[in-house]
Amino acid sequence: MKIVHTDVLVIGGGLAGLRLAIGAKRRGHDAIILSLVPAKRSHSKAAQGGMQASLGNVAKGQGDNEDVHFEDTVRGSDWGADQEVVRMFVNTAPKAVRELAAWGVPWSRVRKGDRTVIINGQKVTITERDEAQGLVAQRDFGGTKKWRTCYAADGTGHAMINAVADQAIADSIPVHERMEALALIHDGNRCYGAVVRDLITGEVSAYVATATAVCTGGAGRVYRTTTNAVICEGIGHALALETGASALGNMEAIQFHPTGIFPAGILVTEGCRGDGGLLKDVDGHRFMPDYEPEKKELASRDVVSRRMEEHIKKGKGHQSRFGTHLWLDITLLGEKHIHTNLREVWDICHYFLGVDPVKEMIPVRPAQHYTMGGVRTDASGQSPTLKGLFSAGEASCWDMHGFNRLGGNSVAETVVAGMIVGESVADYCDAIANAPTVPMGLVREFVEREQAKLAQFTKAGGKEDASVIKGEMQDLMTAKVGIFRTGADLEEAVDKLQKLLVRSRAIGLRSPTLGANPELVTAYRVQRMLKVALTVAYGAAVRTESRGAHFREDHPRRNDAEWLKRTLATWKGESDTLPTLAYEPLDVGRMELPPGWRGYGAKDYLDHPDTPARQQAVEAIRAQHANDRFAMQAALMPYEHLLPPVLRGRNERIDEKF
Amino acid sequence: MASAPQSHRKLRFHILRYNPAKADDEPRIQTYELEEAPGMTLFIALTEIREKQDPSLQFDFVCRAGICGSCGMMINGRPSLACRSVTQSFPDDIWLAPLPVFELIGDLSVNTGKWMRGMSEKLETWVHMKQEELDFKRIEAPMDPALAEEIYELDRCIECGCCVAGCGTARMREDFVGAVALNKIARFRLDPRDDRTDEDFYELVGDDNGVFGCMSLLGCHDVCPKQLPLQTQIAFLRRKMVAQGTKG
Ligand SMILES: Cc1cc2nc3c(=O)[nH]c(=O)nc-3n(C[C@H](O)[C@H](O)[C@H](O)COP(=O)(O)OP(=O)(O)OC[C@H]3O[C@@H](n4cnc5c(N)ncnc54)[C@H](O)[C@@H]3O)c2cc1C
Repeated sequence: MKIVHTDVLVIGGGLAGLRLAIGAKRRGHDAIILSLVPAKRSHSKAAQGGMQASLGNVAKGQGDNEDVHFEDTVRGSDWGADQEVVRMFVNTAPKAVRELAAWGVPWSRVRKGDRTVIINGQKVTITERDEAQGLVAQRDFGGTKKWRTCYAADGTGHAMINAVADQAIADSIPVHERMEALALIHDGNRCYGAVVRDLITGEVSAYVATATAVCTGGAGRVYRTTTNAVICEGIGHALALETGASALGNMEAIQFHPTGIFPAGILVTEGCRGDGGLLKDVDGHRFMPDYEPEKKELASRDVVSRRMEEHIKKGKGHQSRFGTHLWLDITLLGEKHIHTNLREVWDICHYFLGVDPVKEMIPVRPAQHYTMGGVRTDASGQSPTLKGLFSAGEASCWDMHGFNRLGGNSVAETVVAGMIVGESVADYCDAIANAPTVPMGLVREFVEREQAKLAQFTKAGGKEDASVIKGEMQDLMTAKVGIFRTGADLEEAVDKLQKLLVRSRAIGLRSPTLGANPELVTAYRVQRMLKVALTVAYGAAVRTESRGAHFREDHPRRNDAEWLKRTLATWKGESDTLPTLAYEPLDVGRMELPPGWRGYGAKDYLDHPDTPARQQAVEAIRAQHANDRFAMQAALMPYEHLLPPVLRGRNERIDEKF
Repeated sequence: MASAPQSHRKLRFHILRYNPAKADDEPRIQTYELEEAPGMTLFIALTEIREKQDPSLQFDFVCRAGICGSCGMMINGRPSLACRSVTQSFPDDIWLAPLPVFELIGDLSVNTGKWMRGMSEKLETWVHMKQEELDFKRIEAPMDPALAEEIYELDRCIECGCCVAGCGTARMREDFVGAVALNKIARFRLDPRDDRTDEDFYELVGDDNGVFGCMSLLGCHDVCPKQLPLQTQIAFLRRKMVAQGTKG
């Protein structure tokens, strides 16, 4: 049995995993990164629009700071987020952008003086300040009060992961490419690494580590129509789930992006609307102001996606040979803007639609986009129930997104969480008590179990076809666990998914070899994906309220009285066909921003009984510290102690000079 | 969406198959027939072939949106990204082969990742900073907006390997660094955050495995799916390196 030893095993070479590994390595701990693909091909690469950080360099970002970013994020989450974590995040995001700038990210920069932009369909002249010349620029994104999204044209994730992956190479961090973690090695209390399969040779080995971090990204491919890459199959979610010890948080919270190109589902960035693009219907009418007079196209994603589907239901969609869609119109932005700031969008429209977005409208319809839920961690990024297991990035439920994440907050989360959790991992490895006393018998047992499962596929002569089951799951999720949900649909989905899970236990292979074998990969992944899909569907069926992206037509109100809590899903027994759900209440008494109206979407919600008292207390504290925002914040909800010491401290801005 | 089948073309995919991990395997062309669908890309076509006809067929797709660079292959003799190649633009017969130069994993899958990592380590393709102790609480250093755009332009490389596969020198000279590397050197040379001088860059690419190995055949430039200005960059870099070389 081949065993690889390391201090830190990072599963996932996207932005989160890379940055986490760099942090741990710089603290003197050896790290190995596993990835299904070369690190730079991870899905972080596909992020186009940008990264939120309250730098406040541009004129339209003036007055921005951590407080505004905090409020936008909590409102965006529909109060599902952990507010302390949001505070940690907003305070670190500016440092993250600046670190990335030093590492070589070619952020788009401010040009002083006048420039013309499109706001609300009108040409407007903005004058950038002299002092801002050459600083990192920000653009507008949905759900934000200020222009806060830093960007590198529309290849932000691309430029970010180039710089971070290159730093990892500079720091001599090995990336074991085309290596897939199949199971976490654990004894129910502590995690010791993972069982890993080489996708080229089929060899199964053990990676034994003091700390293990799941940074495996999203699970979008449990859906049929998704903006996610084909490798975003939620295997990391399943790794944690299958331990039976660590939980997945809020898996029913799935985001649908308003502008997937139709029908392929490839994303065109929110930057299209941020920069002034409009949504139009079959009559060429701009319909968003009818529904959302205030934020229009730039309400949060969950709201815009629902409004679009609502408008289609009214018969206002355009019928094409593939089905119904709406239009995204960016022609008003002009050729120069599109060719410099929205180049990837132009490429995508050109190659996949044969459309020139300078002259023609883009067919769009909402598509699955982001997995808010994930491996539940504490504020330090560690699982509260399985020691030595950490998680960061889209795979985690650290919980800064709650039930809806804002555009631009995700790539920001990956690097910020990478910075913070990298420090936590290093602390954990430093602590003598954690010196690995690895139970080698356990390691062997886990490796043999996975080998036996693989052999089962090739030997047992099962009759089910893995890709057929996968297809049925994806269709079911898109049809029944989508943007508008009902109890009846969700129950049907849960029932059918359970049946698919049972069927998946009898998958056989047409080409039964254990080496490089794409069919075998589909077979073992689909079993895991079904478990993840069940956490989504079952969580959604049980949650009888609407919150953020989780919208129940039969329970359209947000219900804080009963549902201001986080869903925790665990998988108790191998032969179970349903996850076990538990709930973790959110404490209104400690919230800096007590629950209220988001400022867009429905105004209708049921209050938590503790909200009025907390609201009063908050107002009193605010009045008391009216002229010092830092003192006010510290009195409302202290959080700085949760940050690693190296990441504490205020952020300088043009309007807040040191 | 399964609308009534109209009279679609029958496409024939002739795929070079070979699994080097199998002791008795021989390279061969295997042909698959598939009915064309509207808007069909090679991603859609190959996925369908694998799901319905041959589960053992190996190829690589990740983003399937022309962004990640995983799916470079020889398509009718030309290195291109398969995901954004629409079948409509090809005749009924489509010939697919793995990219040359790179280590073959199996069928259409090659190990570009390993090659790129090796190249990055050799040429140190990262920003080399002098002062390590930057304070990220402070306002970032300004940069000329036009320069940032210029750097971004060269940073758009997706390391797909098409330029290497399309390069005459790379096919003859195993250690040639390729346009991808020379473009990266040009990118870091432009970046004021990188402290390296032309002397340092000369050490890295000032020989026949580097910028002087290029025969200016323009293969790289023509096939780059991101339309990077590879030829101008290489020519510019060569002039700079000649100047550096003659300096001593
Ligand atoms: C099209 C698109 C555009 C987006 N645009 C934006 C944007 O503009 N702004 C923004 O903030 N967010 C955006 N997002 C979201 C954001 O890009 C992602 O949430 C984020 O990049 C995820 O990063 P990550 O590091 O968590 O995971 P990823 O980058 O997805 O990386 C996951 C890694 O895990 C590895 N992996 C997975 N499973 C295994 C396993 N079992 N074993 C070993 N390795 C494994 C993979 O190989 C990969 O290296 C966008 C998302 C999409 C889909």
